[in-house]
Amino acid sequence: MKTINITQLVKWLENSALVMRENKDYLTKLDSDIGDADHGFNMERGFNKVLEKLDELSASKDIASLFKNTGMTLISSIGGASGPLYGTLFLQASIVLKDKTELNLRDLKDCLDNGVNGVKLRGKASIGDKTMIDVLDPVVQSLSDSLNAELSISEALTDMVQVAEKGMKSTTDLIAKKGRASYLGERSIGHQDAGATSSYLIVKSLKKAIN
Amino acid sequence: MKKLINKIEDVIVEQMQGMAVAHPDLRINLEPKYICRNKATKKGKVVILSGGGSGHEPMHGGFVGVGMLDAACPGEVFTSPTPDQMYECAKAVENGGGVLFLVKNYTGDVMNFEMAAEMLNSEGIETQNILIDDDVAVKDSLYTAGRRGVGTTVIMEKIVGAASEAGYNLNECANLARKVNSRGRSMGIALTSCIVPAAGKPNFDIDEDEIEIGVGIHGEPGRKRIAHTTADEITFILTNAILDDEDYTRQLNEWDAESSGWKEKTLVSESFKSGDKMIAMVNSLGSTPVSELYSVYRKLDEICAEKEISLVRNLVGAYITALDMQGCSITLVRADEEILKFWDSPVNTPGLRWGK
Repeated sequence: MKTINITQLVKWLENSALVMRENKDYLTKLDSDIGDADHGFNMERGFNKVLEKLDELSASKDIASLFKNTGMTLISSIGGASGPLYGTLFLQASIVLKDKTELNLRDLKDCLDNGVNGVKLRGKASIGDKTMIDVLDPVVQSLSDSLNAELSISEALTDMVQVAEKGMKSTTDLIAKKGRASYLGERSIGHQDAGATSSYLIVKSLKKAIN
Repeated sequence: MKKLINKIEDVIVEQMQGMAVAHPDLRINLEPKYICRNKATKKGKVVILSGGGSGHEPMHGGFVGVGMLDAACPGEVFTSPTPDQMYECAKAVENGGGVLFLVKNYTGDVMNFEMAAEMLNSEGIETQNILIDDDVAVKDSLYTAGRRGVGTTVIMEKIVGAASEAGYNLNECANLARKVNSRGRSMGIALTSCIVPAAGKPNFDIDEDEIEIGVGIHGEPGRKRIAHTTADEITFILTNAILDDEDYTRQLNEWDAESSGWKEKTLVSESFKSGDKMIAMVNSLGSTPVSELYSVYRKLDEICAEKEISLVRNLVGAYITALDMQGCSITLVRADEEILKFWDSPVNTPGLRWGK
């Protein structure tokens, strides 16, 4: 497999939606420990909207419009901080994909790189702040390493999911510096970040959709 | 959970519908959700728009009307509204004078309003974002998302709303809003937690004999938890936290029309001192009765008088709530001539009404 097509990417979005539904209570529980207990509801509501639009998304003329439509849908339905952040991830990813109907490993890395940079600018978070960036930043780095090592897409995705999981788990020991958890200061240590967890679930869904 | 609700997913829509029926001066839009005035305003009037998660009523929808907000965008309970709401709402009520967003400093609200402001500015509708960050329970902004926006929001919406009716332009309204924020300080306490309908259980656990000092309006943890004590003692703790708060300097993002992008602006809140004249608000967080608020106001006035700080205007009641939480907050805004003039101007909204 040299490229990823629209059908596989739509499958990714569908998988993500189902995973959010399954993990609604888990994400909300993580968020209630150190946040405001709405992450699971919000992610489920947002991805349900994506699910409702699946036929329309499948008919996208290229991947840029698929991601743009997904981003706008998430922005207008998730709310909270996650809406703008996940929305920005897809919108900024779409910008570098003009007219593309397939992604090779470089395209995947480039679009996620641009997407994650957008998330960083929007949320002003860096690695180590106990946020989704602790998952997404290593994911982009891993794809970049895989590209340099000339790995296959399948190998690259396997490595990507591994670093995503590691990044998610790393948030447990961190002090939150962004979002509502930041008000807890040191009391936020010992809790895994809910946003990092939903990011991991989305990353994992990508691999599942493509393998 | 005992609440006056039908289906959890219908809560926000039904409450909006109720407001529209009860207040014919208001109009609601459900796709996307916003509440605005029924009558068009004078051409060129700056539109004052706010919004945030639901659960803090009467704020913000209850402050829509002549002399205060032009419109408000309610999110889900305790969840920020989305940019398409502010965008559609602003386009519906915009009147040639530009749009001013008054935004409480929470990560989600800030980002959603910023995205909406970007969309509007890119279409040539001049839009500015002014943040409210007045909760002194949060000490620093370096390692946190900064001070939260609480009680000063109500005072700001009143004052800036009146200024926009009086013909202030967008820049003047923004300057006044920034000034009110720099002069406002608040702190709250919780006697009990609150229940978000979708969660069905208390937002945080607190023992029967404990209180949370410095709680946020979503039940965010404050400075400390102590054993429950008297109204006087609680008022003493809250008032002193506000009066002892030192100069507070922070960077806030504002729209820069010249570069068409965001720029950090430094804002300094000078500490309060004797001789200051205050607008004071003693606010119920939802379930605390007004009678208890007056006990708090009595002590607040006494402490301030001792320090030669006079409370020249006041609000005592439920204005910015946290669903069914028991507890209260105190807000002091250092007044000047301009602030008092617009405070005293007529206002006609479901939540605040005086003058003609």
